[in-house]
Amino acid sequence: MSAPQTIIDKLWDAHEIVRRDDGESLLWVDRHYVHEGSFQAFNMLAKRGATVAESALTFGMADHYVPTRGARRAIANPEIANMVRQVEDNTAKHGIELFGLDDPRQGIVHVVGPEQGLTLPGLLIVCGDSHTSSHGALGAYAFGIGASEVAHVLMTQTIWQKRPKRMRVTVDGTAAPGISGKDIILAIIARIGAAGATGCALEFSGSAIRALSIEGRLTLCNMSIEAGGRCGMVAPDEATFAYLKGRPYAPQGAAFDAAVDEWSKLATDDGAAFDAEVSLNAKAIAPIVTWGTSPEDALPIDESVPDPAREVNADRAKYLRETLDYMGIAPGSKLTDIAVDRVFIGSCTNARIEDLRAAAAVLAGRASKVPGLVSAGSTLVKRQAEEEGLDRIFRDAGLEWGESGCSMCVGINGDLVAPGERCASTTNRNFRGRQGPGARTHLMSPAMVAAAAVSGHLADVRPLLTGRKV
Amino acid sequence: MDKVTTITGAACPIDQSNVNTDQILPARYLKWTRTMGIGKVLFNDLRFDAEGREKPDFPLNKPAWRDAKIVVAARNFGCGSSRESAVYALYDYGIRCVIAPSFGDIFSGNAVQNGLLTAIVSDDEAAEILATLQRTPELPLTVDLAQQTIVCGNRTYNFTIDPVRRTRLLNGWDDIALIESYRDRIAAFKEKDQAERRWAVPPAR
Repeated sequence: MSAPQTIIDKLWDAHEIVRRDDGESLLWVDRHYVHEGSFQAFNMLAKRGATVAESALTFGMADHYVPTRGARRAIANPEIANMVRQVEDNTAKHGIELFGLDDPRQGIVHVVGPEQGLTLPGLLIVCGDSHTSSHGALGAYAFGIGASEVAHVLMTQTIWQKRPKRMRVTVDGTAAPGISGKDIILAIIARIGAAGATGCALEFSGSAIRALSIEGRLTLCNMSIEAGGRCGMVAPDEATFAYLKGRPYAPQGAAFDAAVDEWSKLATDDGAAFDAEVSLNAKAIAPIVTWGTSPEDALPIDESVPDPAREVNADRAKYLRETLDYMGIAPGSKLTDIAVDRVFIGSCTNARIEDLRAAAAVLAGRASKVPGLVSAGSTLVKRQAEEEGLDRIFRDAGLEWGESGCSMCVGINGDLVAPGERCASTTNRNFRGRQGPGARTHLMSPAMVAAAAVSGHLADVRPLLTGRKV
Repeated sequence: MDKVTTITGAACPIDQSNVNTDQILPARYLKWTRTMGIGKVLFNDLRFDAEGREKPDFPLNKPAWRDAKIVVAARNFGCGSSRESAVYALYDYGIRCVIAPSFGDIFSGNAVQNGLLTAIVSDDEAAEILATLQRTPELPLTVDLAQQTIVCGNRTYNFTIDPVRRTRLLNGWDDIALIESYRDRIAAFKEKDQAERRWAVPPAR
């Protein structure tokens, strides 16, 4: 009988081609997703005259630069148009399947991968994007890589890595209605800090994690990187298998059943050791919003922002002063007194169908007091939302119903929050200037963004859900 | 890639934790190739105002630190996005070493691929070095990778770095240079693995 193992170790061992004496391992990559930003890596290949080793395991997506408002093909900015063209040219040149701008399956890589069944339990997945951690929600070992590593994977289908430390975050208990995967991950980041999981792979476990849908788990794992963890995962279970069954690129029929047998062995064994353990009680988690410029600056909605005058640590007081100044918030303000200028519902964090439903449940029959954009995570999610009539709810509330892409999360397609504007956003990063120079971002769940929209200020969604089906 | 041995030069103190890659290189410059002068837009929105004028308070704009070869910061430098261009911007500006108590995992991986040294010291040591540089801006630091030391005036600090990364920096190796000798083992792994984990192979188009 072998020693009990964590899911992290099982996945690692299954992909280890060789381990050098110095501790670095060469790992096999099962899926490599590329996008417009991968042009730097393709240029490195071109410079070396190199080819793509495994084009059948490589998939291209157009997401970071695609327009999400107005006409899709008529990209006015020639530099942005060039970015979309480069991913088309590079994938065509190397025989890589592309989910391109005109493809009905187009969308954000971290939405499309799971949706198409490209992402499966037990796979090792990389992409030149830090939110690749998302795919761990299905029980994959998935992490973001830099351009040199993208080039290496393109050329060899392998990557050198050092085995990370293992951290388990256990969330037990039943979360209150209106509490989502986003609130749970923000609570975790607030607890352990933005560098709390640096050097670690994360496993999320516990009854509250099991109770999350696959969409909720994707949100959770998506923001592992915001806690410093390069990858985060949830062991696959019946919910995972039900989600994947029949997806286009997943195994079909008997092959699927055989795969489920294998995937069922991936869960962490009883008694397996972790390097660090953190636990939270889901019952104690309230809807959470960020007030500052790091995701760790997160508080329950019924609290007030810190007051630097009451902070004893001088460095911390300086941070608070500078951050509140950037955010344009008076020290000690109640969070619910902070007025917002706009809302954004979208991104790889929170633009799946369940996210849109949660926002629509709050917005139905109500008007948004501020402008806002809703951008579905994929074109298929957009279609489904339209079939369910969600687009009408958003439009009737006064919000713009856009196309799918990374959009206003990172703003590189031109959809920006104006300098000084305050945006309630379902995205993952509240960094200074993230949504545009001078933009002020508050991170929260889709339901909480909807609550901010109908209130005109940061607001607790729970009273707005009374008598509604959620 | 150039070998890294010792680095001596001005050291710019950036007394902030969680300096993220969006700050190091704002996303709108991700369209740039490296040949476009990406070092010019390092820390762009911290260094310049909306009209492109220098912000005099940002340390890199101060005369003593304008030509810095070293950056010293608080914990979790380079957190956030995987953009390797953040490393290009630092390197092409002239920075060869960043000293901090911790780094974003993806950032430090990208750094080693490009010959940028990430030297880890404790929180207290980082605070001490930052304070020394504020007092004596002209004081050059010497970072010795072989010895793993930072000489700062009359103090010498030891720093840590993953030994694999240290070896690679000392030798100027990058991943692609290292891989050729493993081609056969990769092919053997693939053959065995694809027979065992048939479900892991996507359906043929």
